[in-house]
Amino acid sequence: MNGPQDLGGQMGFGPVAPEVNEPLFHAEWEKRALGITLAAGGMGHWNIDESRHARESLHPADYYSSSYYEIWIKALEVLLERHGFVSDDELRMARFLTKGATPKRVLLAESVPSVLAKGGPCDREMKSEPRFQAGDRVRTRNLNPKTHTRLPRYARGKTGIIEAVRDGFVFPDTNAHGQGENPQYVYTVVFQASEIWGVAADPLLTISIDAWEDYIELA
Amino acid sequence: MPHDHDDHHHDNELDPMAARVRALETILTEKGLIDPLAIDAIVETYETKIGPRNGAKVVAKAWSDPEFSDWLQRDATAAIASLGFTGRQGEHMQAVFNTADTHNLVVCTLCSCYPWSVLGLPPVWYKSPPYRSQAVIDPRGVLAEFDLVLPQTTQIRVWDSTAELRYLVVPLRPEGSDDLNDEQLAALVTRDSMIGTGLPLTPGHT
Repeated sequence: MNGPQDLGGQMGFGPVAPEVNEPLFHAEWEKRALGITLAAGGMGHWNIDESRHARESLHPADYYSSSYYEIWIKALEVLLERHGFVSDDELRMARFLTKGATPKRVLLAESVPSVLAKGGPCDREMKSEPRFQAGDRVRTRNLNPKTHTRLPRYARGKTGIIEAVRDGFVFPDTNAHGQGENPQYVYTVVFQASEIWGVAADPLLTISIDAWEDYIELA
Repeated sequence: MPHDHDDHHHDNELDPMAARVRALETILTEKGLIDPLAIDAIVETYETKIGPRNGAKVVAKAWSDPEFSDWLQRDATAAIASLGFTGRQGEHMQAVFNTADTHNLVVCTLCSCYPWSVLGLPPVWYKSPPYRSQAVIDPRGVLAEFDLVLPQTTQIRVWDSTAELRYLVVPLRPEGSDDLNDEQLAALVTRDSMIGTGLPLTPGHT
């Protein structure tokens, strides 16, 4: 979706302003927000693509005025409601009212090291051969789905060169919406900056994205 | 305990996010959906075990051991796993090597993708709109904010982490570091040098 998350090339957000000696967390609640988000994800009822889509579906005004952990928590509330674990009344009243859905599993403290060490690999064995090869000149498609996609706006309809053929990976455009993993090959596609930003672009700048096969066609 | 009470009061009355997160944790805990001790364990992991010192060890070994450097280039996930660094947001690693001609910079314009297994949790600026918006269109301007001014002849390659590959920049080994062991080399490797917004320290300035 053409949502607030799609930031590449936008202007007006001010300086990056890196914080010197930045602490890992800026408040105690951020620690809990991290842990709750990972633990609730560990129930196994939604995947990373659905999580990302929930975050980018926040109203743009809300997204841009929220810190990243705030975005996580707001999106987590949406996911918990959508999957029947909490109700709107419970969130509004900030208390437990009814039991709700039963989780597939609960992340217990003793499992945390192994679960974090394992992660959630998204590569999948592919039965078909990749359609494109390194060196191919390709054009990204001009896709504007109202649903989740990982093809950024700045890189749509642009011509670049495939630098590397990666493994097959779960396709976020369907996986975010419960429509299956439909794994596809991913390609690292490199663009000259002028192709994306025009003649005034830095001539020594190249930009790459990692594009699923459905995002590109031969140029 | 009056102290606890004061904290509670503060969170509820003055800090809406603290109250909101506390309420959510309470509801989920009462429903048996999360284990508060698991949350403690997650936080402790990223506070004490997983952070940019992991990545610094990878870079130091790449500098000192050409075979490891080769392996890192060919199969970063396996090479990094051989040092014990695996897992969440590091499942599919790529190492990108700076050269005399080319400087690499990593961003995630669409969210906050970051190689947690080697760098830990991302800093706030990495996840925020100013960096995510500018890194792909004006990387030199962004680098200047980090006091990094590259020669005008240096090519810049920006890697937008739009899929599940996670990028670790391997900066150039600093001059004057020939006699250092891996531990001393790792001390030169800053977090930002592994994102591309910085360079390693030079020996004698650590």
